Amino acid sequence: MSQTLKQTPSQTVGPYFAYAWTPELYGRRPLAANRLVTRDMAGEHIRIEGVVYDGQGAPIRDCVVEIWQAGADGRHAPGAAGFGRCGTDDAGHYFFDTVKPGACDPGHAPHIAVTVFARGMLSHAFTRLHFSDETAANEADPVLASVPADRRDTLIATRAETPGGVVYRFDIRIQGDGETVFFDC
Amino acid sequence: MDTAVQEAEGDFTPRDWAQHPPYLSPLYKSTVLRSPSKPLIPMKQGLSVRTGPVFGHDSLDPLDHDLTKNGRVNGEPIGERMIVTGRVLDESGRPVPHTLLEIWQANACGRYVHRWDQHDAPLDPNFFGAGRCLTDAEGRYRFTTIKPGAYPWGNHHNAWRPAHIHFSLFGPSFLTRLVTQMYFPGDPLLPLDPIYNGVPEGARELLVSRFSIDVTEPVWALGYEFDIVLRGRHATPMEG
Ligand SMILES: [Fe+3]
Repeated sequence: MSQTLKQTPSQTVGPYFAYAWTPELYGRRPLAANRLVTRDMAGEHIRIEGVVYDGQGAPIRDCVVEIWQAGADGRHAPGAAGFGRCGTDDAGHYFFDTVKPGACDPGHAPHIAVTVFARGMLSHAFTRLHFSDETAANEADPVLASVPADRRDTLIATRAETPGGVVYRFDIRIQGDGETVFFDC
Repeated sequence: MDTAVQEAEGDFTPRDWAQHPPYLSPLYKSTVLRSPSKPLIPMKQGLSVRTGPVFGHDSLDPLDHDLTKNGRVNGEPIGERMIVTGRVLDESGRPVPHTLLEIWQANACGRYVHRWDQHDAPLDPNFFGAGRCLTDAEGRYRFTTIKPGAYPWGNHHNAWRPAHIHFSLFGPSFLTRLVTQMYFPGDPLLPLDPIYNGVPEGARELLVSRFSIDVTEPVWALGYEFDIVLRGRHATPMEG
Protein backbone atom coordinates (compact mmCIF):
# COMPACT_ATOMS: atom_id res chain seq x y z
CA MET A 1 0.00 0.00 0.00
CA SER A 2 1.35 3.42 -0.85
CA GLN A 3 1.17 5.60 2.23
CA THR A 4 0.61 9.12 1.14
CA LEU A 5 -0.83 10.60 4.31
CA LYS A 6 0.52 10.69 7.85
CA GLN A 7 -1.48 9.48 10.84
CA THR A 8 -3.13 12.24 12.84
CA PRO A 9 -1.32 12.44 16.18
CA SER A 10 -3.01 11.26 19.35
CA GLN A 11 -3.77 13.62 22.25
CA THR A 12 -4.90 13.05 25.81
CA VAL A 13 -8.59 12.81 26.66
CA GLY A 14 -7.86 15.41 29.34
CA PRO A 15 -9.79 15.55 32.61
CA TYR A 16 -13.18 16.56 31.24
CA PHE A 17 -14.32 13.75 28.93
CA ALA A 18 -16.99 12.36 31.27
CA TYR A 19 -19.89 14.54 30.16
CA ALA A 20 -19.26 13.36 26.59
CA TRP A 21 -18.26 9.74 27.15
CA THR A 22 -20.26 8.71 30.21
CA PRO A 23 -22.96 11.38 30.10
CA GLU A 24 -25.65 9.54 32.08
CA LEU A 25 -24.68 11.73 35.05
CA TYR A 26 -25.59 14.76 32.99
CA GLY A 27 -28.92 13.36 31.85
CA ARG A 28 -27.71 12.44 28.39
CA ARG A 29 -27.83 9.19 26.45
CA PRO A 30 -24.49 7.36 26.42
CA LEU A 31 -23.03 5.85 23.28
CA ALA A 32 -21.90 2.78 25.15
CA ALA A 33 -22.09 1.58 28.70
CA ASN A 34 -20.42 -0.81 31.09
CA ARG A 35 -23.33 -3.26 31.06
CA LEU A 36 -22.90 -5.28 27.90
CA VAL A 37 -25.00 -8.21 29.02
CA THR A 38 -28.73 -8.61 28.63
CA ARG A 39 -30.80 -11.02 30.70
CA ASP A 40 -31.20 -13.67 28.04
CA MET A 41 -27.73 -13.47 26.56
CA ALA A 42 -26.11 -16.85 26.07
CA GLY A 43 -23.01 -17.67 28.05
CA GLU A 44 -21.74 -17.22 31.56
CA HIS A 45 -22.67 -13.82 32.97
CA ILE A 46 -19.69 -12.25 34.69
CA ARG A 47 -18.46 -9.01 36.19
CA ILE A 48 -15.01 -7.70 35.38
CA GLU A 49 -13.72 -5.15 37.82
CA GLY A 50 -10.54 -3.50 38.96
CA VAL A 51 -8.71 -0.34 39.85
CA VAL A 52 -6.41 1.67 37.59
CA TYR A 53 -3.22 2.79 39.37
CA ASP A 54 -0.52 5.31 38.52
CA GLY A 55 3.23 4.93 39.02
CA GLN A 56 2.99 5.65 42.74
CA GLY A 57 0.14 3.23 43.30
CA ALA A 58 -2.46 6.00 43.53
CA PRO A 59 -5.82 5.25 41.90
CA ILE A 60 -6.57 7.20 38.74
CA ARG A 61 -10.02 8.74 38.82
CA ASP A 62 -9.96 10.38 35.39
CA CYS A 63 -9.46 7.27 33.33
CA VAL A 64 -11.64 5.43 30.83
CA VAL A 65 -11.39 1.74 30.12
CA GLU A 66 -12.85 0.46 26.85
CA ILE A 67 -13.29 -3.20 26.00
CA TRP A 68 -14.08 -5.13 22.84
CA GLN A 69 -14.93 -8.79 22.99
CA ALA A 70 -16.54 -11.77 21.30
CA GLY A 71 -19.66 -13.45 22.58
CA ALA A 72 -19.71 -16.76 24.40
CA ASP A 73 -19.55 -18.52 21.02
CA GLY A 74 -16.31 -16.74 20.13
CA ARG A 75 -17.96 -14.65 17.44
CA HIS A 76 -18.18 -10.89 17.09
CA ALA A 77 -21.78 -10.60 16.05
CA PRO A 78 -24.46 -7.94 16.12
CA GLY A 79 -26.43 -8.19 19.33
CA ALA A 80 -23.65 -9.99 21.17
CA ALA A 81 -21.73 -8.36 23.98
CA GLY A 82 -19.19 -6.31 22.08
CA PHE A 83 -18.05 -2.84 23.00
CA GLY A 84 -18.04 -1.43 26.52
CA ARG A 85 -16.87 1.78 28.08
CA CYS A 86 -16.46 2.64 31.77
CA GLY A 87 -15.01 5.70 33.44
CA THR A 88 -13.20 5.12 36.73
CA ASP A 89 -14.78 6.51 39.87
CA ASP A 90 -13.07 8.56 42.57
CA ALA A 91 -11.41 5.38 43.87
CA GLY A 92 -10.07 4.51 40.41
CA HIS A 93 -12.54 1.64 40.18
CA TYR A 94 -14.22 0.41 36.99
CA PHE A 95 -16.44 -2.56 36.17
CA PHE A 96 -18.19 -4.27 33.28
CA ASP A 97 -21.13 -6.66 33.40
CA THR A 98 -20.74 -8.94 30.43
CA VAL A 99 -20.50 -12.54 29.27
CA LYS A 100 -17.35 -14.58 29.32
CA PRO A 101 -16.20 -14.64 25.70
CA GLY A 102 -15.29 -17.77 23.77
CA ALA A 103 -11.99 -18.04 21.93
CA CYS A 104 -12.20 -16.08 18.67
CA ASP A 105 -8.79 -16.66 17.12
CA PRO A 106 -7.62 -20.21 16.46
CA GLY A 107 -5.06 -21.26 19.06
CA HIS A 108 -5.70 -18.23 21.25
CA ALA A 109 -7.20 -18.39 24.71
CA PRO A 110 -10.45 -16.53 25.33
CA HIS A 111 -9.64 -12.90 25.98
CA ILE A 112 -10.92 -9.34 25.83
CA ALA A 113 -9.16 -6.44 24.10
CA VAL A 114 -8.73 -3.49 26.48
CA THR A 115 -7.86 0.14 25.80
CA VAL A 116 -6.93 2.64 28.53
CA PHE A 117 -7.29 6.41 28.19
CA ALA A 118 -6.56 8.98 30.89
CA ARG A 119 -5.61 12.53 31.62
CA GLY A 120 -1.84 12.39 31.44
CA MET A 121 -1.80 9.78 28.68
CA LEU A 122 -1.03 11.49 25.38
CA SER A 123 -1.55 8.20 23.54
CA HIS A 124 -3.88 5.44 24.70
CA ALA A 125 -2.57 2.04 25.75
CA PHE A 126 -3.67 -1.42 24.55
CA THR A 127 -3.71 -4.51 26.67
CA ARG A 128 -5.69 -7.73 26.85
CA LEU A 129 -7.52 -9.54 29.59
CA HIS A 130 -7.25 -13.32 30.00
CA PHE A 131 -9.14 -15.52 32.45
CA SER A 132 -7.53 -17.31 35.40
CA ASP A 133 -9.68 -20.44 34.98
CA GLU A 134 -8.45 -21.02 31.40
CA THR A 135 -5.13 -22.46 32.50
CA ALA A 136 -4.57 -24.85 29.60
CA ALA A 137 -5.69 -22.38 26.93
CA ASN A 138 -3.56 -19.65 28.50
CA GLU A 139 -0.52 -21.90 28.45
CA ALA A 140 -1.00 -22.44 24.72
CA ASP A 141 -1.77 -18.80 23.92
CA PRO A 142 0.82 -17.25 21.58
CA VAL A 143 0.37 -13.70 22.87
CA LEU A 144 0.85 -14.71 26.51
CA ALA A 145 3.86 -16.75 25.37
CA SER A 146 5.37 -13.61 23.82
CA VAL A 147 5.29 -11.84 27.19
CA PRO A 148 8.11 -12.32 29.72
CA ALA A 149 6.97 -15.04 32.14
CA ASP A 150 7.27 -12.80 35.19
CA ARG A 151 4.87 -10.26 33.68
CA ARG A 152 2.20 -12.62 32.33
CA ASP A 153 0.06 -12.46 35.45
CA THR A 154 -0.63 -8.76 34.77
CA LEU A 155 -2.82 -9.97 31.89
CA ILE A 156 -4.80 -12.56 33.84
CA ALA A 157 -8.02 -11.62 35.57
CA THR A 158 -8.58 -13.59 38.77
CA ARG A 159 -11.87 -15.43 39.10
CA ALA A 160 -13.87 -15.32 42.33
CA GLU A 161 -17.32 -16.70 43.11
CA THR A 162 -19.20 -14.10 45.11
CA PRO A 163 -22.79 -13.96 46.41
CA GLY A 164 -23.54 -11.56 43.55
CA GLY A 165 -22.06 -13.84 40.89
CA VAL A 166 -18.78 -14.50 39.19
CA VAL A 167 -16.29 -11.66 39.39
CA TYR A 168 -12.97 -11.42 37.59
CA ARG A 169 -10.51 -8.98 39.13
CA PHE A 170 -8.35 -7.09 36.64
CA ASP A 171 -6.31 -4.23 38.10
CA ILE A 172 -4.40 -2.06 35.64
CA ARG A 173 -1.05 -0.58 36.70
CA ILE A 174 0.01 2.04 34.21
CA GLN A 175 3.57 2.24 35.54
CA GLY A 176 5.95 0.83 38.12
CA ASP A 177 5.76 -2.33 40.24
CA GLY A 178 3.58 -4.89 38.54
CA GLU A 179 3.20 -2.66 35.50
CA THR A 180 0.55 -4.05 33.17
CA VAL A 181 1.86 -5.34 29.87
CA PHE A 182 0.85 -3.00 27.05
CA PHE A 183 1.07 -3.98 23.40
CA ASP A 184 1.98 -2.42 20.10
CA CYS A 185 -0.33 -3.97 17.56
CA MET B 1 -24.94 0.44 21.38
CA ASP B 2 -22.93 -1.08 18.61
CA THR B 3 -25.30 -2.64 16.14
CA ALA B 4 -22.94 -4.40 13.79
CA VAL B 5 -19.39 -5.53 13.51
CA GLN B 6 -16.85 -4.84 10.84
CA GLU B 7 -14.23 -7.35 9.93
CA ALA B 8 -11.25 -5.78 8.29
CA GLU B 9 -9.38 -7.41 5.44
CA GLY B 10 -5.68 -7.44 6.00
CA ASP B 11 -3.64 -6.17 8.89
CA PHE B 12 -3.56 -2.55 9.90
CA THR B 13 -0.40 -0.55 9.58
CA PRO B 14 1.26 0.01 12.95
CA ARG B 15 0.84 3.09 15.07
CA ASP B 16 3.39 5.52 13.63
CA TRP B 17 5.39 6.65 16.64
CA ALA B 18 7.00 9.37 14.55
CA GLN B 19 3.52 10.96 14.56
CA HIS B 20 2.18 10.16 18.02
CA PRO B 21 3.38 11.61 21.32
CA PRO B 22 5.53 9.37 23.51
CA TYR B 23 3.86 8.30 26.75
CA LEU B 24 6.45 10.16 28.82
CA SER B 25 6.53 13.86 28.01
CA PRO B 26 7.83 15.50 31.21
CA LEU B 27 6.77 19.07 30.42
CA TYR B 28 3.20 17.74 30.62
CA LYS B 29 3.52 16.81 34.28
CA SER B 30 0.69 14.31 34.52
CA THR B 31 2.55 12.01 32.12
CA VAL B 32 5.32 11.43 34.66
CA LEU B 33 3.34 8.90 36.72
CA ARG B 34 0.93 7.87 33.96
CA SER B 35 3.34 6.66 31.29
CA PRO B 36 4.10 2.96 30.85
CA SER B 37 7.83 2.64 31.57
CA LYS B 38 8.42 -0.72 29.92
CA PRO B 39 8.62 -1.10 26.15
CA LEU B 40 5.41 -2.05 24.37
CA ILE B 41 5.32 -5.71 23.37
CA PRO B 42 4.63 -6.31 19.68
CA MET B 43 1.44 -8.28 19.09
CA LYS B 44 0.21 -9.91 15.90
CA GLN B 45 -3.23 -8.60 14.96
CA GLY B 46 -5.90 -11.23 15.53
CA LEU B 47 -9.63 -11.10 14.94
CA SER B 48 -10.11 -9.79 18.44
CA VAL B 49 -8.61 -6.44 17.41
CA ARG B 50 -9.04 -6.38 13.61
CA THR B 51 -12.77 -6.23 14.26
CA GLY B 52 -14.47 -3.35 15.99
CA PRO B 53 -17.80 -1.83 16.92
CA VAL B 54 -19.90 -0.07 14.31
CA PHE B 55 -22.31 2.65 15.35
CA GLY B 56 -25.24 3.61 13.19
CA HIS B 57 -27.80 6.37 13.10
CA ASP B 58 -29.65 4.75 15.99
CA SER B 59 -26.70 5.78 18.18
CA LEU B 60 -27.34 9.43 17.39
CA ASP B 61 -29.95 11.91 18.51
CA PRO B 62 -31.19 14.38 15.89
CA LEU B 63 -29.28 17.37 17.32
CA ASP B 64 -26.08 15.55 18.22
CA HIS B 65 -24.18 17.25 15.37
CA ASP B 66 -25.29 20.76 16.35
CA LEU B 67 -23.84 21.97 19.65
CA THR B 68 -25.51 25.36 19.19
CA LYS B 69 -28.86 23.57 19.56
CA ASN B 70 -28.35 20.42 21.63
CA GLY B 71 -27.91 22.24 24.95
CA ARG B 72 -30.50 24.95 24.59
CA VAL B 73 -32.64 25.70 27.64
CA ASN B 74 -33.98 29.23 27.15
CA GLY B 75 -32.00 30.75 24.32
CA GLU B 76 -28.97 30.56 22.09
CA PRO B 77 -25.50 29.82 23.40
CA ILE B 78 -23.14 32.78 23.60
CA GLY B 79 -20.07 32.92 21.39
CA GLU B 80 -18.75 32.83 17.88
CA ARG B 81 -20.80 30.34 15.84
CA MET B 82 -18.71 28.04 13.71
CA ILE B 83 -18.86 25.05 11.41
CA VAL B 84 -16.22 22.33 11.74
CA THR B 85 -16.01 19.92 8.85
CA GLY B 86 -13.47 17.65 7.26
CA ARG B 87 -12.78 14.17 6.04
CA VAL B 88 -11.70 11.05 7.85
CA LEU B 89 -9.19 9.21 5.67
CA ASP B 90 -6.78 6.34 6.01
CA GLU B 91 -3.09 6.62 5.26
CA SER B 92 -3.54 5.81 1.59
CA GLY B 93 -6.09 8.59 1.26
CA ARG B 94 -9.17 6.36 1.15
CA PRO B 95 -12.20 7.78 2.94
CA VAL B 96 -13.36 6.12 6.15
CA PRO B 97 -17.14 6.09 5.60
CA HIS B 98 -19.94 5.78 8.15
CA THR B 99 -17.69 6.00 11.18
CA LEU B 100 -18.58 7.67 14.44
CA LEU B 101 -16.96 10.84 15.79
CA GLU B 102 -17.48 12.21 19.26
CA ILE B 103 -16.46 15.73 20.23
CA TRP B 104 -16.40 17.70 23.47
CA GLN B 105 -15.20 21.17 24.27
CA ALA B 106 -15.30 24.17 26.58
CA ASN B 107 -17.80 26.97 26.02
CA ALA B 108 -16.85 30.37 24.57
CA CYS B 109 -15.48 31.43 27.98
CA GLY B 110 -13.25 28.41 28.39
CA ARG B 111 -15.49 26.61 30.90
CA TYR B 112 -16.57 22.97 30.70
CA VAL B 113 -19.90 21.63 31.93
CA HIS B 114 -17.87 18.92 33.71
CA ARG B 115 -18.53 18.82 37.46
CA TRP B 116 -14.82 19.06 38.28
CA ASP B 117 -14.16 22.18 36.22
CA GLN B 118 -13.53 24.93 38.78
CA HIS B 119 -12.38 27.63 36.34
CA ASP B 120 -13.84 30.96 37.41
CA ALA B 121 -15.56 31.64 34.11
CA PRO B 122 -19.30 31.51 33.48
CA LEU B 123 -21.16 28.42 32.45
CA ASP B 124 -23.51 28.98 29.55
CA PRO B 125 -26.97 27.64 30.39
CA ASN B 126 -27.56 27.00 26.69
CA PHE B 127 -24.35 25.20 25.86
CA PHE B 128 -23.57 21.61 26.82
CA GLY B 129 -20.44 21.12 24.72
CA ALA B 130 -20.61 17.53 23.52
CA GLY B 131 -21.74 16.04 20.22
CA ARG B 132 -21.54 13.07 17.85
CA CYS B 133 -21.86 12.47 14.17
CA LEU B 134 -21.16 9.89 11.49
CA THR B 135 -19.05 10.37 8.40
CA ASP B 136 -20.86 10.03 5.09
CA ALA B 137 -19.92 7.69 2.23
CA GLU B 138 -17.00 9.98 1.34
CA GLY B 139 -15.72 10.11 4.91
CA ARG B 140 -16.97 13.66 5.46
CA TYR B 141 -18.26 14.90 8.82
CA ARG B 142 -19.73 18.22 9.92
CA PHE B 143 -20.54 19.87 13.25
CA THR B 144 -22.01 23.24 14.11
CA THR B 145 -20.74 24.64 17.40
CA ILE B 146 -19.38 27.67 19.26
CA LYS B 147 -15.71 28.55 19.17
CA PRO B 148 -14.25 27.29 22.48
CA GLY B 149 -12.30 29.63 24.74
CA ALA B 150 -8.82 29.08 26.14
CA TYR B 151 -8.69 27.98 29.76
CA PRO B 152 -6.09 27.93 32.56
CA TRP B 153 -4.75 24.69 34.00
CA GLY B 154 -2.39 23.78 36.79
CA ASN B 155 0.49 22.28 34.85
CA HIS B 156 2.89 25.18 35.44
CA HIS B 157 2.83 28.88 36.30
CA ASN B 158 0.41 30.80 34.05
CA ALA B 159 -0.46 27.73 32.01
CA TRP B 160 -3.32 28.14 29.52
CA ARG B 161 -4.64 25.55 27.11
CA PRO B 162 -4.98 26.88 23.57
CA ALA B 163 -8.58 26.78 22.32
CA HIS B 164 -9.31 23.21 21.24
CA ILE B 165 -12.00 20.66 20.50
CA HIS B 166 -11.53 17.07 21.70
CA PHE B 167 -12.18 14.44 19.01
CA SER B 168 -12.74 10.70 19.47
CA LEU B 169 -12.91 8.37 16.46
CA PHE B 170 -13.49 4.67 15.97
CA GLY B 171 -12.66 3.81 12.35
CA PRO B 172 -12.98 0.29 10.98
CA SER B 173 -11.48 -1.66 13.90
CA PHE B 174 -10.55 -1.57 17.57
CA LEU B 175 -7.01 -0.76 16.40
CA THR B 176 -7.96 2.40 14.54
CA ARG B 177 -9.35 4.07 17.66
CA LEU B 178 -8.01 7.61 17.98
CA VAL B 179 -8.52 10.39 20.49
CA THR B 180 -7.06 13.75 19.55
CA GLN B 181 -7.58 17.51 19.79
CA MET B 182 -8.22 20.08 17.07
CA TYR B 183 -6.62 23.52 17.43
CA PHE B 184 -7.04 26.86 15.65
CA PRO B 185 -4.63 28.53 13.23
CA GLY B 186 -2.44 31.29 14.61
CA ASP B 187 -3.21 30.63 18.27
CA PRO B 188 -0.39 32.29 20.27
CA LEU B 189 -0.80 29.70 23.05
CA LEU B 190 0.15 26.78 20.80
CA PRO B 191 3.95 27.12 21.08
CA LEU B 192 3.58 27.29 24.88
CA ASP B 193 1.35 24.22 25.30
CA PRO B 194 3.01 21.01 26.59
CA ILE B 195 0.13 18.84 25.34
CA TYR B 196 0.43 20.15 21.77
CA ASN B 197 4.23 20.09 22.04
CA GLY B 198 4.13 16.48 23.23
CA VAL B 199 3.54 15.60 19.58
CA PRO B 200 6.79 15.17 17.62
CA GLU B 201 7.94 18.23 15.75
CA GLY B 202 6.74 18.08 12.15
CA ALA B 203 3.57 16.23 13.10
CA ARG B 204 1.99 18.89 15.36
CA GLU B 205 0.72 21.02 12.52
CA LEU B 206 -1.67 18.21 11.56
CA LEU B 207 -3.68 19.12 14.67
CA VAL B 208 -4.29 22.70 13.53
CA SER B 209 -7.50 23.30 11.59
CA ARG B 210 -7.70 25.60 8.56
CA PHE B 211 -9.99 28.58 8.30
CA SER B 212 -12.09 28.24 5.15
CA ILE B 213 -14.10 31.00 3.52
CA ASP B 214 -15.81 28.33 1.41
CA VAL B 215 -17.11 26.54 4.50
CA THR B 216 -18.02 29.88 6.11
CA GLU B 217 -21.72 30.63 5.73
CA PRO B 218 -22.73 34.24 4.99
CA VAL B 219 -24.28 36.06 7.93
CA TRP B 220 -24.23 32.85 9.97
CA ALA B 221 -20.99 31.11 10.97
CA LEU B 222 -17.24 30.88 10.33
CA GLY B 223 -15.94 27.67 8.78
CA TYR B 224 -12.96 25.54 9.79
CA GLU B 225 -11.68 22.39 8.10
CA PHE B 226 -9.97 19.57 9.96
CA ASP B 227 -9.07 16.31 8.22
CA ILE B 228 -8.19 13.25 10.28
CA VAL B 229 -6.02 10.36 9.14
CA LEU B 230 -6.44 6.95 10.77
CA ARG B 231 -4.22 3.92 10.49
CA GLY B 232 -4.36 2.28 7.07
CA ARG B 233 -4.23 -1.31 5.97
CA HIS B 234 -1.58 -3.50 4.42
CA ALA B 235 -2.69 -4.78 1.03
CA THR B 236 -2.48 -8.41 2.12
CA PRO B 237 -2.59 -9.98 5.56
CA MET B 238 0.80 -10.25 7.21
CA GLU B 239 1.93 -13.76 8.03
CA GLY B 240 4.32 -14.81 10.73
FE1 LIG C 1 -9.84 20.33 27.01
